[in-house]
Amino acid sequence: MGGRLRNGSAMNSQGPQIRTIDIVKQGLARRYRAERRFRFYGFAAIVLSITALALLFISIIGNGYTAFWQTRILLDITFDAAELQRDTLASADYEALVRAALQEKFPEVQSRQERRLLNSMISTAAAFELRNMALGAPDIIGKTVPVWVFADDDIDMIVKGQFSRDVAEENRRVSDRQLAWLDRLTADGRVDTKFNLTFFRSGDSREPEQAGIWGAVMGSFYTLVITLLLSFPVGVAAAVYLEEFARKNRWTDLIEVNINNLAAVPSIVFGLLGLAVFLNFFGLPRSAPLVGGLVLTLMTLPTIIIASRSALKSVPPSIREAALGVGASKMQMVVHHVLPLALPGMLTGTIIGMARALGESAPLLMIGMVAFIVDIPKGIFDPATVLPVQIYLWADSPERAFVERTSAAIIVLLAFLLVMNATAVILRKKFERRW
Amino acid sequence: MSPLALFAVLILLSGAGYYFGKRRAFALDGGPAATVKLHSRPTYHGALVALWCGIPAFFVFAAWLACETQIITHLVVSGLPEALRGLPADRINLVVNDIRNIVAGNVVAATVDPAMQAAADHYRSLKATSHAALAVISLCVGIAALLLVRSRIVPALRARNQVESILTLVLIACSTIAIFTTIGIVLSVLYESILFFRVVPVTEFLFGLNWSPQMAIRADQVGASGAFGAVPVFVGTALISAIAMFVAVPIGLMSAIYLSEYAGKRLRAVAKPLIEVLAGIPTVVYGFFAALTVAPHIRGFGQWLGLDVASESALAAGLVMGVMIIPFVSSLSDDFINAVPQSLRDGAYSLGATQSETIRQVIIPAALPGIIGGVLLAVSRAIGETMIVVMAAGLSANLTANPLQAVTTVTVQIVTLLVGDQEFDSPKTLAAFALGLVLFVITLCLNIIALYVVRKYREQYE
Repeated sequence: MGGRLRNGSAMNSQGPQIRTIDIVKQGLARRYRAERRFRFYGFAAIVLSITALALLFISIIGNGYTAFWQTRILLDITFDAAELQRDTLASADYEALVRAALQEKFPEVQSRQERRLLNSMISTAAAFELRNMALGAPDIIGKTVPVWVFADDDIDMIVKGQFSRDVAEENRRVSDRQLAWLDRLTADGRVDTKFNLTFFRSGDSREPEQAGIWGAVMGSFYTLVITLLLSFPVGVAAAVYLEEFARKNRWTDLIEVNINNLAAVPSIVFGLLGLAVFLNFFGLPRSAPLVGGLVLTLMTLPTIIIASRSALKSVPPSIREAALGVGASKMQMVVHHVLPLALPGMLTGTIIGMARALGESAPLLMIGMVAFIVDIPKGIFDPATVLPVQIYLWADSPERAFVERTSAAIIVLLAFLLVMNATAVILRKKFERRW
Repeated sequence: MSPLALFAVLILLSGAGYYFGKRRAFALDGGPAATVKLHSRPTYHGALVALWCGIPAFFVFAAWLACETQIITHLVVSGLPEALRGLPADRINLVVNDIRNIVAGNVVAATVDPAMQAAADHYRSLKATSHAALAVISLCVGIAALLLVRSRIVPALRARNQVESILTLVLIACSTIAIFTTIGIVLSVLYESILFFRVVPVTEFLFGLNWSPQMAIRADQVGASGAFGAVPVFVGTALISAIAMFVAVPIGLMSAIYLSEYAGKRLRAVAKPLIEVLAGIPTVVYGFFAALTVAPHIRGFGQWLGLDVASESALAAGLVMGVMIIPFVSSLSDDFINAVPQSLRDGAYSLGATQSETIRQVIIPAALPGIIGGVLLAVSRAIGETMIVVMAAGLSANLTANPLQAVTTVTVQIVTLLVGDQEFDSPKTLAAFALGLVLFVITLCLNIIALYVVRKYREQYE
């Protein structure tokens, strides 16, 4: 551009008919086109990133929202007194009751193979449910009661429309006969979908209709409690020392470089550290939320320290001088005056660090939190898994119903993250002070 | 007493120390008329007693628990019958694991070997003894310290100064954790890597072209020797990271430019947080998205074009990883673009430059060092990213630069080698640590260069 202008003025001196402004105008249309193009690229970049975000959410929510409902089938269960003896109530064959009820409903089904097909429409969870009913109220024995039992996950997928009925039978997991039976049940009003409480209340399972996230949620909870209890005090203490007490020298420089660098170290390396040090050297239990919390503490500490330091920096020096001026010691000045003013900023940073820890899974894979765990963990030493790792485990399962549940677990995880980040934003808005 | 309960008791003891110290100080204070006054306020006396009571007891507690498992294991192993003790080291480890399982009550087998049962009982009794001893010792330490410090409380005691110097020491200790973490990472990764390089030469690991880390279960198995040439793994990592940067750098940079230079207030208020949401989404979600949605579509699109696309193509993982990194590049670039002084813009406009000419020829060159630093940080992030590639990239190590084929990465290999049942000291698991070492060193170099560049740049305009 500069060259062109100089050129123009040189020509101008030769002939009066070509003025600088003409040359500028000559190029102007092209330059404006370039301007518009550049603007368009910028806008397109924003549109592209927001489109990617939208696609992500649409695909997750579209796949997952149906998991919050679960198909049930109404069966007339006869609690046969001959089958259920009082003393063997806990170990009786409740699946036989389900089979008998189905047989009664469809008396024309005779061959073994067909009966097996028919029985496979009901979830194996039904037997547990009946067992709980019989154990809870033994006077039910001998009566015939209508009971809503869970449908098998394949039937569930058909009812929700995740499996298409138009596919050829050999490519479909549900046979034509099962579809016919399902249609008869639907016509009788014996099929409905209900809010899927199991998904929120139970632990992991190999059967999609019985699998839930509560075990993973509790695992995440214990892990995060450990992380918070360790990383918040330590992070704040480190920030206070570096910002308020430390002299600027080689040693504090080294600490600073270390903190900044640790903030950018890949999370899986922290997992290797946890495996080698906490598990193999100290012999802490595998898969325990305690170890997960320790690893995530080391990982989130740099975030918290950096946020806390900037919160401390934003407290004006006049506060410190005033405190020192009335005779406070340095520690009193920090504890009584600077810390309370910096606390909201530190809390915001901590919540953001916790949100990151909640979504983290790679280091936890290293310390064995990927095991298949059915029981809900009851403490920090019990084997557990966490929500993101549960998502990873379910994503590997081939059943279509697990795709739905994985997406639903992601929705739950994102909801937690949303709440945490929103809290951080509100906290910042509420306590933000301009000095 | 279980360690958790003991810990609670120690905290209570420390609290009691605070109470007694404070009461003692109040008792010594003669009121406003007294000639001798307390040097510090009574809360400091309380805090001093609490700290002296709590900290030594806590150190005993932590050190004991840290060493307990190792010592007990050693004792149990040396108490095993001759036949078991003579086994090689890796078999001994299995035996110890079995014993621990019996102790924990996870017994799968119907009958337990009597020798193992005896060892488990031994283990259990040692553990009970150890916990009892720990309880007695740490409580004794705590109570002794409490009584000692309480007896030394006199009006002239400089309690506040002592409390403050203890607290300063605690603060210093907390700030050194970052250093210890780094040392811990280096030592743990390096130690296992050295063990690995004793089996597999460094040159073979760094320059070998064949990666198949399957070790034989039986000695005479076909294909018994694993191959540990990591070049295909490095190339795969580089390929996926390159695709990711190819997506993230232009989009991130252009959106930062648009948001900071062109966008109106309303668009900025909406678009900026939306783009930052991308950064807050857990990587496991991106991995699921890549594997479930993006990869099949790319495959379908490739088939429509007549191309043969692997179902775990590098392209799918790289694209999604690029989307993940967009907000990282854009927020860093945004910072640096905003840091360019307004006077440079005004100068360019006054020469008649259009807005895009100003941006391309003045602002970007001025912000370039910062942007390069940000991009380097983004590269280090792409190399270390785990979940997306674990879920969407392949497992087999192909040496190829074709983005439509499946490749594997360093992080994928670490995860597949270390997840699941593992025997330590086999080259297969040690290889994961060697890969971890490479990963750590590369990201460390990138981070140090990037942080240095960014720091220099920040100083330039401040």
